[in-house]
Amino acid sequence: MQPERGLEKKADAARKAAMAAFAGATGDQLRQLAQDAGLPLESETMRGPETGLVTVRGRIGGGGAVFNTGEATVTRATVRLPSGQIGHAFALGRDKEKVRLAAILDALWCSDETRPAVEQKIVLPLAQLATRADARKHAETAATRVDFFTMVRGED
Amino acid sequence: MYVAVKGGEAAIRNAHRLLADRRRGDRSVPALRLDQIVEQLGLGVDRVMSEGSLYDRELAALAIVQARGDLIEAIFLVRAYRTTLPRFGYTRPVDTAAMHAERRISATYKDLPGGQMLGPTFDYTHRLLDPELATGAPVEEPEQRDIEPEAMPRVSDLLAGEDLIESDGDLPAGHVTGDITREPLEFPLERDARLQALSRGDEGFLLALAYSTQRGYARSHPFVGEIRIGEVELELDVPELDFPVTLGRIRVTECQMVNQFKGSAKQPPQFTRGYGLVFGQSERKAMAMSLCDRALRARELGEDITAAAQDEEFVISHSDNVQATGFVEHLKLPHYVDFQAELDLVRRMRADHEAENVTDATTKEAAE
Repeated sequence: MQPERGLEKKADAARKAAMAAFAGATGDQLRQLAQDAGLPLESETMRGPETGLVTVRGRIGGGGAVFNTGEATVTRATVRLPSGQIGHAFALGRDKEKVRLAAILDALWCSDETRPAVEQKIVLPLAQLATRADARKHAETAATRVDFFTMVRGED
Repeated sequence: MYVAVKGGEAAIRNAHRLLADRRRGDRSVPALRLDQIVEQLGLGVDRVMSEGSLYDRELAALAIVQARGDLIEAIFLVRAYRTTLPRFGYTRPVDTAAMHAERRISATYKDLPGGQMLGPTFDYTHRLLDPELATGAPVEEPEQRDIEPEAMPRVSDLLAGEDLIESDGDLPAGHVTGDITREPLEFPLERDARLQALSRGDEGFLLALAYSTQRGYARSHPFVGEIRIGEVELELDVPELDFPVTLGRIRVTECQMVNQFKGSAKQPPQFTRGYGLVFGQSERKAMAMSLCDRALRARELGEDITAAAQDEEFVISHSDNVQATGFVEHLKLPHYVDFQAELDLVRRMRADHEAENVTDATTKEAAE
């Protein structure tokens, strides 16, 4: 049965956010969280993990026509759980073990029984780490913000 | 005649072994780790990524060590590595307006939405060597300031409302984005292919050309509308998913240069623009790129082409330092047979020359 259009979109957004959290984590963070979560990590590797390139694109003037800026290394993997559930992962860099683990976590996220555990024990802590790191960086940058003031010249 | 010459294998082997030794240097000094280079020589790493045209900080650091700090050699290594990898596709265009900015300044507006943030800049330092750095003294944590994150619209969008500045560069509908890594260069180029070449171009070369435009060779009265440095998210469309997958973030530097334009019969006077976008924190390069981009738009804007910086074929054909170093440095490789042929030619020419002189002298004597 096809899920309703709106619901499908919502599911996509949540899965996209989870996959982004896996991709943004370091290999060590992901391994540690996966280990602590005690999730069943048994899986069969369908593709990869393999490293390749993506061509990074920008826009002329920031918002105009597209142009190719350069390449970046990306690693991808696809795994299948014993249940048959498939999981995919893509991340910048060349950490193959991290990406294979991310693909397993994606497959576990896609399985109804394990999704709450993955959300609670992996996605949420990673999102919190990322938010904290961003907030710190933002505050450090904000401290270099220029507050202009005008000297009173005393002419009147 | 082709003469195969063999020999030198032992010399080459020993030279490479010597290179490895000299690269390591004094063994009583600890060997550099890649994370030290990534963390502490970050702008050198950025330059290798930008001109090597490959975003991967650790690979760039490895290349720097392997090249003993010779950045052009490191860029060469990175370019060679790139060719060994399969290509998964093209990302969605990065959205620099949504950048997690670490620096953002404008030389045209004092007060602009999002504010001016200096970030980790060399500007306003006194350029005095700091002996304390050599002692490894502890470094203070940065100051923090609690401000609500504010949207940071691009400066070019602020001016756009009054039509005083041209829009972001558009290309004709149906235009297929050029890719200089896939198709051979064919002049004239469209602006997209030119920007790709400039983004990986040699910083020194682009800097010199940019400087030449300021000194009067294709003057364009530039202002830095905005420079921003920070992380942008990369997204890739893949067949196995119904949504673009997030790959992570990369750090880029963007420069919006705003330039004078007197207008033409068709267009009223308005500001024109040059654009720079490069990997990493590379402000000088992004500025030079945007000045070169503007100069190279001479044909499009109906300006007279009088200077080197406006000559697309000249600029783009010579901006790639891997190509340049390859052709210049190949001169040191054996050219023994070539040179023997030239030597023979010069000998014959001299013999002819002397024979002519003798004949001339004899004829002259006879006439007298």
